[in-house]
Amino acid sequence: MILEALMAAAFVGALTVFLAPDEWAGRLAFAISLVPFVGSLYLWSGFEAGGNALLGGEIAYATQIEWLEVGGRSVSWFVGLDGISLPLFVLTTFLVPLAILSAWTPVDARKSQFYGLMLFMEANLLGVFAALDFFVWFVFWEAVLVPMYFLIGIWGGPRRKYAAIKFFVYTNAASLLMFIGFMSLVFALGDSVSSFALPEIAQAIAAGDLGTWFGIPPDRIAMVAFLAMFLGFAVKVPIVPFHTWLPDAHVQAPTPASVLLAGVLLKMGTYALLRFNFTMLPEQASMLAVPIAAIAVISVIYGAMLALAQKDLKRIVAYSSVSSMGYVILGLIVFTEYGVGGATFQMVAHGLISGLMFMAVGVIYNTTHTRMVGDMAGMADRMPITVGILVAGAFGYMGLPLMAGFAGEFFIFVGSLSAPALPYAPLFTAAAMFGIVIVAGYLLSAMQSTLFGPFELETDYEVGPAAFHDVAPLAVLLVAIIVLGVAPDIFFEMIRDAALPVVEGVTIDG
Amino acid sequence: MVNGLPGVTALLPALLLAATGLALLLVDTVRPEARSNTSMAVVGALGSLAALAATVWLTASGGVSPDGGAVLLFADAIKVDTMALFFTAIFASVTALVLVAAHDYFHDHANPAAFYSLVTFAATGMALLAVANSLAVVFVALEMVSLPSYVLVAYLKHDRGSVEAGLKYFLVGALSSAIFLFGISLVYAATGSLILADIASASIEGLAGVLGVGVVMMIGGVAFKTASVPFHFWAPEAYEGAPAPVSAFLSSASKAAGFVVAFRVFTEAFPLEMAVSANVDWMFAFAVLAAVTMTLGNFAAAVQEEVKRMLAYSSIGHAGYALIGVAALTVDGPANGTVMGAAMAHLLVYGFMNTGAFLFVAMAERWGVGRTFSDYAGLWRRAPVASVAMAVFMFSLAGLPPFAGFFSKYFLFQAAIDNGFLWLAGLGAVNSVVSLYYYSRVVKALFLDDPASPSALDAIDVRPTALYAAVVFAAVATVLLLPGFGPVIETAEAAASALF
Repeated sequence: MILEALMAAAFVGALTVFLAPDEWAGRLAFAISLVPFVGSLYLWSGFEAGGNALLGGEIAYATQIEWLEVGGRSVSWFVGLDGISLPLFVLTTFLVPLAILSAWTPVDARKSQFYGLMLFMEANLLGVFAALDFFVWFVFWEAVLVPMYFLIGIWGGPRRKYAAIKFFVYTNAASLLMFIGFMSLVFALGDSVSSFALPEIAQAIAAGDLGTWFGIPPDRIAMVAFLAMFLGFAVKVPIVPFHTWLPDAHVQAPTPASVLLAGVLLKMGTYALLRFNFTMLPEQASMLAVPIAAIAVISVIYGAMLALAQKDLKRIVAYSSVSSMGYVILGLIVFTEYGVGGATFQMVAHGLISGLMFMAVGVIYNTTHTRMVGDMAGMADRMPITVGILVAGAFGYMGLPLMAGFAGEFFIFVGSLSAPALPYAPLFTAAAMFGIVIVAGYLLSAMQSTLFGPFELETDYEVGPAAFHDVAPLAVLLVAIIVLGVAPDIFFEMIRDAALPVVEGVTIDG
Repeated sequence: MVNGLPGVTALLPALLLAATGLALLLVDTVRPEARSNTSMAVVGALGSLAALAATVWLTASGGVSPDGGAVLLFADAIKVDTMALFFTAIFASVTALVLVAAHDYFHDHANPAAFYSLVTFAATGMALLAVANSLAVVFVALEMVSLPSYVLVAYLKHDRGSVEAGLKYFLVGALSSAIFLFGISLVYAATGSLILADIASASIEGLAGVLGVGVVMMIGGVAFKTASVPFHFWAPEAYEGAPAPVSAFLSSASKAAGFVVAFRVFTEAFPLEMAVSANVDWMFAFAVLAAVTMTLGNFAAAVQEEVKRMLAYSSIGHAGYALIGVAALTVDGPANGTVMGAAMAHLLVYGFMNTGAFLFVAMAERWGVGRTFSDYAGLWRRAPVASVAMAVFMFSLAGLPPFAGFFSKYFLFQAAIDNGFLWLAGLGAVNSVVSLYYYSRVVKALFLDDPASPSALDAIDVRPTALYAAVVFAAVATVLLLPGFGPVIETAEAAASALF
């Protein structure tokens, strides 16, 4: 019941903060958000499960209580963790307190509602990663959208309305498509499943229980379901060409919301792709391996090129997320131990690094009130610590060894170079590797012109070092990135354990 | 009947509602002075809550069990079963919410007393409609619901809109009552009986044509009460012109009352096998009506500029969804009970979310902020709690997951698919997507838009406590019905399965 307790802590905390007075909402929210974090560390330390939760592996901290039964299928409150979901669970509880800290300076209106929504989102994010029943998962999945919609729409930048609505429409349309795809699988399974539990459904599909439904043969249903779910999740990830909501949402969102959007919400998409598409329908995935790998590489290159063309620091970081998510897709589609494991590891690593970047850009913006590359120069002079951490984070993005980003990308490339399931694997890998060069290009040039050189910024106000509570989360994130880069095994071991059964599910022809 | 109580105990909910109505008249006579508004609201709300408690008690005690444990009274003219109790629970809940909200809405009305008693008497009629086992009782109960409703719509007698709406509602209502009654007479001519079970077993040799015309006319009566195509056009006018609590009552409770007629009368009096063999395929007629109703309601709602009118069309759209409960039925269909049960569960959830939405409009009318979407801009800055509740209603009506409306809609469509009606479920899904557009416009106006002028929000100068309480309670119910959906759908499924 400890998972429920942590979610309940975030949820009850959200209600408490919502009703608390503005003056101490920020401090209260931070204190409350430490509860799930400490709890998740406890979960981590006691984690002993092995294998993949969906493919018959052992599920840690599982609870299953029947919720309702309609038309012969039951829905139950079914939550638990395995080696893939635990790292993401910990990532969420780790990022939320830091994001809340980063809100103390910029958020100055309707604070209690703001922090309440942050905690409400945390509760739902934890639910997404812990849920093992389709309906429980879907309820949390959709419930994440609501607080994010309000966070962008109320506390966002000048074009917040447009960005919030675009975010809401894109992701909701995607959810509907995905929902229809998954439901057609359930209907095609017919009487061979009696519940919406994801492990039961995944194993029934693996056992070949898909039947003909409304005259459509099982192969075609599986393919249509795969495509529908892939498109649905592709919007969330996002993969080119479904990425256009992302820069708008990011640029308009307040910094703390950006941190969670890039750090955790994007991972919902890749996590769901891994759980649904690649775990349940590996056969269809390997049939589409070449086009999916091509989309992944295009996302890497195109996202990086777009970042290269931007002048707004936040837009640069936003587009580079598109690029990084391309690596994750590439890692997933190659179906090797290191590919899938590395992709999952990269989700965590990118969550930390992009969180750091957005936070650092936010801290600079708080003082300068501009994010435009041309407007400022020599920020290192006035904000040495912030800039130092930002530079370190950028190197993490570029894949500096001994930082988390390097480990993630290295695993993915190791996995994809020798992938038997993907034709022309070395070619795709080489093309994706080239993306790193572009990343280095735009990050270095942006930093060169804004951070270094003589200080230049037309203001009528003082530009000085940031407050302690602004810099502290940056430092904590940097430490985490380095720790994860030096000792990737603290997560990678359990990830690999859960990824192996997925890889074994795919049979390679020829 | 359990516990050795007389069978008439099964009518307790209806009797309690009737007694409440009489008690309200008594209170008005004893205390005609200015303060009577509060005492009326308290008595009315307590009475309807007592009726609600009675339905829950009767359902839980198992005295009226779904497996043939129905209580037949008055020479089979009355049949109390789980379905009747389920619907009575909807009526009683909506009545309680509306009566509480009315306390603030009619705070300066010269004579609020009649309002409370009329609502309660209409609710009594609905409770009677739910247990009617004879076409005669059905018609009498239907009129018992309709007559107070006409008065309620025109209740603001100095308001042109209200009076005009009342007149339109009355004219269409009178016409459809006549059609319905004529239909009953034809059915009687063909079968020689008014008791539902006897109609089903009667020999209709050579009279199938007469029966068919009668059935079609009865469908017309149902379409009027549920605000479905082709007798829907009174609804936008009446809901818009009526005082908002009355719109809430009509669009939630009165609509559900129409559905209890459809669910019970058609499945019991004209069983599926007979409908197919006698070529009186009312299921197909309802399927067409459901498709047209949901599409028309949703697309018309999408182009409205006034929130109340949008809600009126949305209510037509939801009638289309609920009609799936009588449309997606086939002889020996594997999910007949499930699909009708899901429609019942949807009506229960709808009862809370739709009543709540109209009561929010009532609150806006009380404040006098205006009627259009743009008049609602930025309301959450002054009224955050009520605005959050309204967002809950809108998202739930659209069928978004964190709220009960998602489950009720999903299981309705799932059951329709299980019964082979993929096209109807698909159309419903498309309509749900359309509906998200206009529901989210309300949320956008409330939270994201800036008020037209800084002083626009100054109209919000009162905190109508009772209205707030009703709106918040409806929102809490809309949220809690998601985790608590299990008992609701299971009760509804069992109740509906007993009819097949």
